[in-house]
Amino acid sequence: MSLLSVRGLSTEFRTERGVVKAVDDVSFDLAAGETLAIVGESGSGKSVTAMSILRLIPDPPGKISAGEVVFDGRDLLKLSDEEIRAIRGDRIAMIFQEPMSSLNPSLTVGLQIAEPINLHRKTPWAAAMDMAVELLERVRMSDARSRVKAYPHQFSGGMRQRAMIAMALACQPQLIIADEPTTALDVTVQAQILALLKEVTRAANSALILITHDLGVVARYADRVCVMYGGRIVEAGPAREIYARPRHPYTIGLMASVPRLDQEAGSRLVPIEGSPPNLANLPPGCAFAPRCRRAVDICRSERPPLVKSAPDHLSACHFHAQLSAPVGSHVGT
Amino acid sequence: MSAPDTVLEVKDLKVHFPVLAGAVVRRQVGSVKAVDGVSFDVRRGETLGLVGESGCGKSTTGLAILKMIDITSGEVKFEGENISSYDRSRMRPIRRRMQMVYQDPFGSLNPRMKVSEIVGEPLEVHGMASDRAAYDARVASLLDMVGLLPDMADRYPHEFSGGQRQRIGIARALALDPALIICDEPVSALDVSIQAQVVNLFQELQERLGLTYIFIAHDLAVVRHISHRIAVMYLGRIVEIAPRGELYAKPLHPYTQALLAAIPIPDPEVEASRPQQIITGEVPSAMRPPPGCRFHTRCPKVMEVCRSVDPSMRDRGGGRAVACHLYDT
Repeated sequence: MSLLSVRGLSTEFRTERGVVKAVDDVSFDLAAGETLAIVGESGSGKSVTAMSILRLIPDPPGKISAGEVVFDGRDLLKLSDEEIRAIRGDRIAMIFQEPMSSLNPSLTVGLQIAEPINLHRKTPWAAAMDMAVELLERVRMSDARSRVKAYPHQFSGGMRQRAMIAMALACQPQLIIADEPTTALDVTVQAQILALLKEVTRAANSALILITHDLGVVARYADRVCVMYGGRIVEAGPAREIYARPRHPYTIGLMASVPRLDQEAGSRLVPIEGSPPNLANLPPGCAFAPRCRRAVDICRSERPPLVKSAPDHLSACHFHAQLSAPVGSHVGT
Repeated sequence: MSAPDTVLEVKDLKVHFPVLAGAVVRRQVGSVKAVDGVSFDVRRGETLGLVGESGCGKSTTGLAILKMIDITSGEVKFEGENISSYDRSRMRPIRRRMQMVYQDPFGSLNPRMKVSEIVGEPLEVHGMASDRAAYDARVASLLDMVGLLPDMADRYPHEFSGGQRQRIGIARALALDPALIICDEPVSALDVSIQAQVVNLFQELQERLGLTYIFIAHDLAVVRHISHRIAVMYLGRIVEIAPRGELYAKPLHPYTQALLAAIPIPDPEVEASRPQQIITGEVPSAMRPPPGCRFHTRCPKVMEVCRSVDPSMRDRGGGRAVACHLYDT
């Protein structure tokens, strides 16, 4: 049985220009201990999906309009505010892109790590502070005993993100959602933080949802992948399968457009023409059709459903069956 | 003596920013050595990539070459002319030949100006358009060069996507027919699917116009793709410089090796078989760089000598040079 089962999740925002469906009919499952990457560009709906799972969508203007989010047997969308608060930071923890904006600048780091332990576990403060030191050691912060007394501004970007991970781990959550956790960090620090996140989640058998735009990060760390475009999942499956045999033109296009360190340099990249869609003004058919080299009439009129294209591999393309060429052959040149 | 096709020569460039303290009497308590002895040259028609992590001095180097910030010491020669001590007015004719493209396509365009004004402004400032018709024709041809449509000239920046705004910034940089364009993280704010469009545009323009680029970025895969030679910077210094092929096939400096190992390759099969050598720590403060080799605090191959003796840049032949004691012999 899966730990998390998202079914038909839709989230809307009311804006001046009408109702925008930021997440539209999204479904996926996640097993304990698994790492799922949700990949997409700005406006693809990847972050809103994550926020919706924890019901962190500001209402108004946002609203989860349909679906269910079954976590450990309970539909999170049906819980009272008090019940969902008991789950946040305890059973499900979240790590954001910019640690500085999610840490309280006026409280010591140790206090902020100890707080969920005290709140959710009713552990006395003194004991919770001791656990904070242990947690900082676990995320390999040197000199943890004195660092618990430091304030967030005294930390570097990498150390803040380590503190965020320590805070997320505090109550041994079953699921951690990390939204672009390393985008603001330098490359060598990014590698450290992601390796750490993978290691600590594996050790605790926690599931991890990794939200990212970086195909390299996905390849290194994810077991499974959901590719989002225009608020919908357009392709999903095991990471190796998706990279070896992508079955959606958007995924194929993305992979051809990024330069790779292990391939011949100097050749021209194959870009995806056009820009990501405006969610307030999506085309009637496939959202990717205006940028798709293969688009024909049906793509512009009928929205392709997300269907099984191969065992354990979903694609939302009318022509998924014809799209099994390996990426290495450079589609579309 | 420099080769005749050398567009830019930078010798021992230093940019130090004073750090002041005191509420009433401001006094200097230290300095941030943002760029601390950087030398390289750039040949006509080539792209030199400048890579490194935050605080390595790559952007400051770019600004110093353009004299948009004061240089502390060292020499910058542009097309054979030593511009190190030039003031604003003497830089004016030079600026025509040296332009900049910025990272943020949202912050670097004036939101109250139409595209035609943004792109055409340099023509007016430098008195390059004889009349209205010549101005309009030049703007139209610049827009065409970067793949924008003529009817976009009358629109404002907010009406454009990130990729299109970056094209507007490039058109503006091209307006005065520059020889050298310094590109500071020009694609890192763009969506992945858009980056390739802009990278390709840079390459097409280089072929068509014979442009020379300094391409500053932290993304080693993009830099490798677009550059002919690459200089890797760490804490205000160049630690390794080499032609693209050599640098990526056989990085010499432990920092270059660490940077390359940190970049994941978008292929799970490749990643599974790749040794994961992740270096520890973060970049130290540029106000108090470590003694000896600046990388020694994080270097997996650190030796005793590295803690005290600053390694100098050594020529390794074939256009390669590295500053590391491993290659002292």
